[in-house]
Amino acid sequence: MARINLILLLALTACALGLVTSQHKARKLFAELEREQERAKQLDVEWGQLQLEQSTWAMHARVEKIARERLRMSTPDAKRTQMVMPAAPTEVTR
Amino acid sequence: MNYAASPVLALQLPLWRSRLLLALIAGGFLVLAGRAVYLQGLNNDFLQQKGESRYSRVLEISANRGRITDRNGEALAISTPVKSVWAIPEEVQYSSQQRAKLAALLELPPQEVDKRLNESTSFVYLKRQIPPEIAERVSELQIPGLFQNREYRRYYPGGEVMAHVLGFTGADDAGQEGIELAFQSTLAGKSGSRRVIKDRLGQIVEDMESIREAQNGRDLALALDAKLQNLAFAQLKLAVESNKAKAGAIVVLDAKTGEVLALANLPTYNPNNRTRLSGAQLRNRVITDTFEPGSTLKPFTVAVAIESGKLTPESNIATAAGSLTIGRATIHDAHRFGDMTVAQVIQRSSNVGAAKIALGLPPDAMWDMFDKVGFGSAPRLGFPGAASGKLRPHKTWRPIEQATMAYGHGISVSLLQLARAYTMFARDGELMPLSLVRVDAPLAGKQVISPATARKLRDMLELAVEPGGTAPRARVMGYRVAGKTGTAHKEENGGYAEHKYVSSFVGFAPASDPRLVIAVMIDEPSAGQYYGGAVAAPVFSAVMGGALRMLGVSPDAPLKPLELPPENTEIKEDV
Repeated sequence: MARINLILLLALTACALGLVTSQHKARKLFAELEREQERAKQLDVEWGQLQLEQSTWAMHARVEKIARERLRMSTPDAKRTQMVMPAAPTEVTR
Repeated sequence: MNYAASPVLALQLPLWRSRLLLALIAGGFLVLAGRAVYLQGLNNDFLQQKGESRYSRVLEISANRGRITDRNGEALAISTPVKSVWAIPEEVQYSSQQRAKLAALLELPPQEVDKRLNESTSFVYLKRQIPPEIAERVSELQIPGLFQNREYRRYYPGGEVMAHVLGFTGADDAGQEGIELAFQSTLAGKSGSRRVIKDRLGQIVEDMESIREAQNGRDLALALDAKLQNLAFAQLKLAVESNKAKAGAIVVLDAKTGEVLALANLPTYNPNNRTRLSGAQLRNRVITDTFEPGSTLKPFTVAVAIESGKLTPESNIATAAGSLTIGRATIHDAHRFGDMTVAQVIQRSSNVGAAKIALGLPPDAMWDMFDKVGFGSAPRLGFPGAASGKLRPHKTWRPIEQATMAYGHGISVSLLQLARAYTMFARDGELMPLSLVRVDAPLAGKQVISPATARKLRDMLELAVEPGGTAPRARVMGYRVAGKTGTAHKEENGGYAEHKYVSSFVGFAPASDPRLVIAVMIDEPSAGQYYGGAVAAPVFSAVMGGALRMLGVSPDAPLKPLELPPENTEIKEDV
């Protein structure tokens, strides 16, 4: 009788310690998950800010200004434009 | 002496005393046990709640407001987190050095900081919506009683170019104008909350429950084309400046789908910095302002006449007199060309001709046409403040009013209504519903006039932009263009102002298979020119040419340089 009790006591202690360890692990993992989620949110915010920055840099007015002034580009006028019509018959040719 | 033999011990106490003590102690234990059972078993909510409040916290989960993009996914409005600094004035303690630093960081005068922190309220905002980096430096000052809030601020990379379409949001990130207001329920996110367990270090160790899921606002893709919008805005700006005009507006519609590809107004404002805004800057003239359209309405009168079979484009209208007297009023044409055909009435924009055509029509037929193309009723856009314009019931029309309405006076429309009405000519008689958001499957139009009539009108409108018409400057090299000028005196104090005009042009191209409808309006041009053909038509031409090229529309006309008629020989329309 006493032997069984002793074995049960040992088993119980082992289980209790196991529970404590797994709980601790779970919490640690959860904290990590939480941190990563926070980071994901942070990155999302940063993405928004980068998008914003991109659109600001890519403002059409700015691009056009640089193209015209710094790169000395210009829209070709019609005399220098060659239209290539698609091979299929279109109603444009009239 | 033997202790056990002490006589004190020999004293015999009455039995009831020990019994009483036993009963009292037992009673005390019973009360305690009862209380314990009550607190832990029967009524345990309160204590459990108290216990939970030591370790569990309810966290707010913030939700983002949806982004607004153009039809190609280019970002037009994005919310990003910022900080607001607030204080409990009673608790604030700072040195003068800290105050100076704080004031510098917040870009406020030191006196202002003092004033706000000496208010007798328990809560005061020092500054709202500051960038996170600056907020970080403010918290480094470690001033007690100073706190920060996370808020969202909306940025508009397009700035003044898109201001009127997009509108803006207020400090609490709720839409106040434009698309932001119209689509508030779509864009707005719903913040959620959840309950968690925090440990001694403030770290979250366990998720207990999700009270409310956070819902991010949905992204919205507009019909707008950012590139086209920039082009339209730049050209409009050029025209308003060179004509010294008070205001201007332009709208570009896709004739195939009814989408609004570009919509610009001047004067405008920068939605990212909205200090000192005037009503004139905020007004979206395209949608919320109405004006007397003038001659741009003539095609509708002619359409009624042709649709009813009373006239053909070749029918003669007796305009030789150059004036028409109805009752006490007389309508004049600026030039006398002799008798004109119906097509020439449109081409040369003759008021007398249009009036004569109108007088041959029943008022209800004209009213019916105006009503069907959407004049007098606000377009269904969901846009705040869309104007309906003024179209009086035909029973109240006097003959002179019917005659003036034929050439666009005594009736008022918004530029958007006018552009939409022209989709009827651009689409073989089908009027398109408009859309500010991207349409993936084209909406169904409404047939208003027969395809044959629409084609005849299209031919007449093409004549108007050719030499001999009122708007040769509206032509675009490589494309056949059709359109109509309008020049109207401005209404003022119940009459017409002598030298204040509204110049407009509405047209579409390529005429063989119209793709775009563009309407331009210039308010009070005051640099000498005021005819629609001289002021508004060049804007149309520049925007149309650029837009067709951007969209890759095949040319339908020979690529010959355009020749403008020599100065002063252009046909001036009647005002």
